[in-house]
Amino acid sequence: MITLEHYLVFAAALFSLSIAGIIINRKNVILLLMCVELMLLSVNVNFVAFSRFLGNVDGQIFVFFILTVAAAEAAIGLAILVTLFRNRRTINVAELDSLKG
Amino acid sequence: MNFELFAFYLLAAAALSSAVAVISFRNPVHSVLSLVLTFFSTACLWLLLQAEFLGIVLVLVYIGAVMILFLFVVMMLDVHAAPRREGFIKHFPVAMAVAAVMFAEILLLINAGGSTRAAFPAQNPALASNESNLHWIAESLFSRYMLPFEVAAVILTVAIVVAVLLTLRRREGTKTQNASQQVLVRAADRVRLIKMEAVSKPSDRPTEGK
Repeated sequence: MITLEHYLVFAAALFSLSIAGIIINRKNVILLLMCVELMLLSVNVNFVAFSRFLGNVDGQIFVFFILTVAAAEAAIGLAILVTLFRNRRTINVAELDSLKG
Repeated sequence: MNFELFAFYLLAAAALSSAVAVISFRNPVHSVLSLVLTFFSTACLWLLLQAEFLGIVLVLVYIGAVMILFLFVVMMLDVHAAPRREGFIKHFPVAMAVAAVMFAEILLLINAGGSTRAAFPAQNPALASNESNLHWIAESLFSRYMLPFEVAAVILTVAIVVAVLLTLRRREGTKTQNASQQVLVRAADRVRLIKMEAVSKPSDRPTEGK
């Protein structure tokens, strides 16, 4: 019998993996973006599981909007990445230091 | 162990192992392909939760559009210009520690392994006997959530415009049309009417037979 717990543990594992991915790959912007997508996915799993558990449609509507905004975010982020690569010839985060932060 | 539980474990194992592959592959193209597998397995898990619409949207929109966009950008940018994985070994213990602590905290929070097991109701109580998941979502989306739905459409439009504007590049020496000048043109600039007679005079014709 599948329980709510199964899905929550799965989402927690996915979220922890994407956190680890962000820490490991902090040089490569593309991998950072991909890890952010993974985090969004794990949150969506929680939403869908609770929506099914409570018989409430709001969770699934929310996932729909998260998918929309994540698609917009990915499109703009990749456009910025392409512009960045064109101007600086690198996507290494460590070399993007023109703001001297 | 019934089929449902078996399918859950199989799909969750596929999703988690491909997520590990995403963060550990050296080649970004392989990472994107593993991410596709993660998304697909998760979409199957959503199908197990009777969320058919979202599962299919995840496959169509995410795998079909967003992941292909990622793949396109990864292949368009020079992969070899991407930094080598220096610091993988250095950051690995920190990353594992942070991930393990966070995972343990979440497990504590949701009381995993506790005595109370929250099983899903066999039939979704909100659904009528033969009503589909799509109908359920659409009813709410087009009534209560109409305004957010419209706002989402505006967000997508803005994203398209921004993405095009950001990557637009003007090159020197290309010949393009100037639309404003094309609109402002008058008929007098294009056509010049001159007066001439319809029939030429006989004296202008070349004479025959000579």
